[in-house]
Amino acid sequence: MKPVLLALLAWLLASPVWAPVAHAVDDPSEMLANPVLERRAEQIGDRLRCLVCQNESIEQSSAGLARDLRHIVRQKVTAGWTDRQVVAWMVARYGTFVELRPPFEAQTLLLWGAPVLALATGAAVVGIGWRARATAVPLPPLSDTERARLDRLTGP
Amino acid sequence: MIGRRQVLLGLPLAVAVGGGGISYVMLQRMERGTYDPHGVPNPLVGKPVPHFALPPLGAGPGLASAELHHPGRPVLVNFFASWCVPCVQEAPELMALHDRAVPIYGIAYKDQPDAALGFLERHGNPYLRVATDLPGRTAIDFGLYGVPETYFIDRGGIIRWRWAGALTPDVAHDQLAALMRTYA
Repeated sequence: MKPVLLALLAWLLASPVWAPVAHAVDDPSEMLANPVLERRAEQIGDRLRCLVCQNESIEQSSAGLARDLRHIVRQKVTAGWTDRQVVAWMVARYGTFVELRPPFEAQTLLLWGAPVLALATGAAVVGIGWRARATAVPLPPLSDTERARLDRLTGP
Repeated sequence: MIGRRQVLLGLPLAVAVGGGGISYVMLQRMERGTYDPHGVPNPLVGKPVPHFALPPLGAGPGLASAELHHPGRPVLVNFFASWCVPCVQEAPELMALHDRAVPIYGIAYKDQPDAALGFLERHGNPYLRVATDLPGRTAIDFGLYGVPETYFIDRGGIIRWRWAGALTPDVAHDQLAALMRTYA
């Protein structure tokens, strides 16, 4: 049994869930020489959705458009733009959809509110159940006629 | 009066019916092409054409945003590439629009000029004029995320509609025709 568990543990640890996010910068010349600026560019890129692969960030994707957007992020960062300015530039072209972490606004109210809504619904269900149990009137014991009928039905 | 039992039985049924209804509408719209779950919204719809100046594909003048700021009549801007399969698919529809005298400007996206010219020779040239966007930067300013994409620009130079993917006869008939009527 133990080897099986160990193997399972090893498999879990090796699974991509725990692995650090892999970056798809397949050409080192894409990276900025200044490590501070490069780090900032990567952090911005990690927050931006690749419009082609949609569930990857532009730093993870190897799509052509993602490469172009990575390049633009690095140009803007080198030019002294703030993180907020770079993200705003992307949002002006691709909408808030380009942000992997959607902003809190009227359109995303249900999205961000869903966990609260789910918790409230669960709490309400539990609360109603408790109250029903607390206010339940205990059943009166069987009357003589009922007992006689039960004996007749379950008799030998 | 409705009892507790009815509520407990009816609630899951109501949720199922409601969810089913929403799914049905979504599937219907997907079939008609008015809803695409992978679609990227375009914030430029309702805004003026972004600034750009592109060199021509082959001989002749290029294309600049200044010309599209007051075109005086509704025009289409179509991004295409010779390496793009749905572009081949939509070529006959673009030619049909060309035959109906719809002005279309073409922009070759990230395509070698020779390859793009070869594409127009093979599949027909429906364009009033063709420019080339080799680095793909103008396309990004339009919010493009793939080829082909088609933009409808009204007489005042405002982007009114964007279609991502091949322009099918259905799309041209249902959506484009309505736009042409609205903004004629």
